[in-house]
Amino acid sequence: MTMAISTIAIYVLWLREMKRTMRAKSRIVGALAMPLFFLAFLGLGFNRMAVPGMSGGVQYIRFLVPGIIGMSLLFSSTMGGLSVLWDKEFGFLKEIMVAPVSRVSIVLGRIAGGTTTALGQGVSILCISMVGGFRPRGIVPLILAFAFMVLISTAFLGLGLIFASRMKDMQGFGIVMNFVIFPIFFLSGALYPLGNLPVYIRVLTYVDPLTYGLDGLRGALIGVSTFPIGFDLLLMTAISLVMVFLGAYFFEKSESA
Amino acid sequence: MDAIKVDKLTKRFNGFTAVDELSFGVETGELFGLLGPNGAGKTTTINLLSTLLKTTSGSAQVAGYDVAKARDSVRKSIGVVFQEPALDSKLTGRENLEFHAMMYGMGKAERRARIDEALRLVDLEEKASTLVEKYSGGMKRRLEIARGLVHRPKVLFLDEPTLGLDAQTRRHIWDYIRKLNREAAVTIILTTHYMEEADYLCGRVAIMDHGKFVALDTPAKLKDLLGGDVVSLEIEGNAAALEEALREVDWIKKIKLHEDVFSLTMERGERRIPELIQMAQGLGITVNCVHLRKPSLEDVFLHFTGRTIREENAGQNGRSGPLMRGHGGR
Repeated sequence: MTMAISTIAIYVLWLREMKRTMRAKSRIVGALAMPLFFLAFLGLGFNRMAVPGMSGGVQYIRFLVPGIIGMSLLFSSTMGGLSVLWDKEFGFLKEIMVAPVSRVSIVLGRIAGGTTTALGQGVSILCISMVGGFRPRGIVPLILAFAFMVLISTAFLGLGLIFASRMKDMQGFGIVMNFVIFPIFFLSGALYPLGNLPVYIRVLTYVDPLTYGLDGLRGALIGVSTFPIGFDLLLMTAISLVMVFLGAYFFEKSESA
Repeated sequence: MDAIKVDKLTKRFNGFTAVDELSFGVETGELFGLLGPNGAGKTTTINLLSTLLKTTSGSAQVAGYDVAKARDSVRKSIGVVFQEPALDSKLTGRENLEFHAMMYGMGKAERRARIDEALRLVDLEEKASTLVEKYSGGMKRRLEIARGLVHRPKVLFLDEPTLGLDAQTRRHIWDYIRKLNREAAVTIILTTHYMEEADYLCGRVAIMDHGKFVALDTPAKLKDLLGGDVVSLEIEGNAAALEEALREVDWIKKIKLHEDVFSLTMERGERRIPELIQMAQGLGITVNCVHLRKPSLEDVFLHFTGRTIREENAGQNGRSGPLMRGHGGR
């Protein structure tokens, strides 16, 4: 087995993902609708309330925008990783597996495709929020926010790939969603500041990778964060590298037939 | 040079031996068939030869490359059409081929030429820009065969190429496969559990059962092993007298009498029928019906395994269809 990375294979898999995504119009609408509903109804519903545990003056909806962007990145990229299972189910994975390209290229192609889709979703939500009145703090913070979005996407794509490689079919899909993805979501501080949680739960939030991604994203977008942004950036980079590496490792180890 | 050389190839899954010390060779340009019931180990053999599975022991060379040591070289030299469709249904036919060709490192001009050529071969030029999800089962299979060819493989593996297709489509696919083997000079290995498919297409057939080959030869020679054709005569009159007379004839290898129907095994049965009728008439016996049956691979399979392939697949249904009941009302 060669470890050579084939850029053409990465490009092909990325292009495939783009074509599939662009053709699934209803999926795009669906993927945007849920986070926007969250944003609209939670945001408007709680907007008059002071956010508990936040340094004063931050409106809830402003607090919520980065949270919802993080949420859609989390779901979209995990699904992107898990979509290997669909390819297994519909046989296309075999076609990729007999092609003369390294497994690493296949993993990277998938990550490139999934990350682009997730980012498209995240950026769309940010843009729609901006149309709705959300004001980011400038160009540099926007670039920083984008960096966090990339890191969140790749980290959870890796996670999705790890699960997909360990699972034989789609049976375990619901379990992963309910017992892994939703807890990651609720413990990340997407909807409320984590400072209010009892200490024993707060410990869990510290092992949740999304916590740091969101904290950095929020720091970049609205200037409020629990940890220093540099710390978030460093930790998130490390987490996504590890996740991508593990995803590639498990994918490589799994036999497709 | 041999296109495929297999030596004591073995694959075990958690104690279950799917492929059991298989050794065989396939020559370049051959159309080679693996025939056997579901679960005989045909697909596992294909997966081993196409590097999708790792061998437990033994060795195999495809197009001169070792499947364990030179996986990428093997992958470049082969095309595979899997038993289950392996197409992306959200892409068009052409896009499926396009992506495949890119994965195999072809430049743009080369891609275009070869994709057009492959599409023409399977008559899908007009449907090339349609999403694969709108294709029929036969079209999908043809597209997959085209895809297996785009990169001009030396060896093409077809795993149950006509499974689940209607008779007419199956016949078309057979024609494509023959055309490929002749015109494109591709060595083809196909698995099937359809006797008539192996009979019609393959130069040599290996009969596989429980991970082993129980027989390997040309379809004609395999059928010869059974001792020839079966001629059955339905008569009216003294059966005992005729039986006695028949026993004297040296070219009849086997005689069976069931009610008033004789089943006689012999070579070149079509040339012996007139003689048989004359003999009966000489004894004052009327022949009401004559039936000639050439042995099929189904009989060969039955001969080697003691089971019909269909009963093997159906499980509880018992023997499907009588092999010969004599009342040849045709």
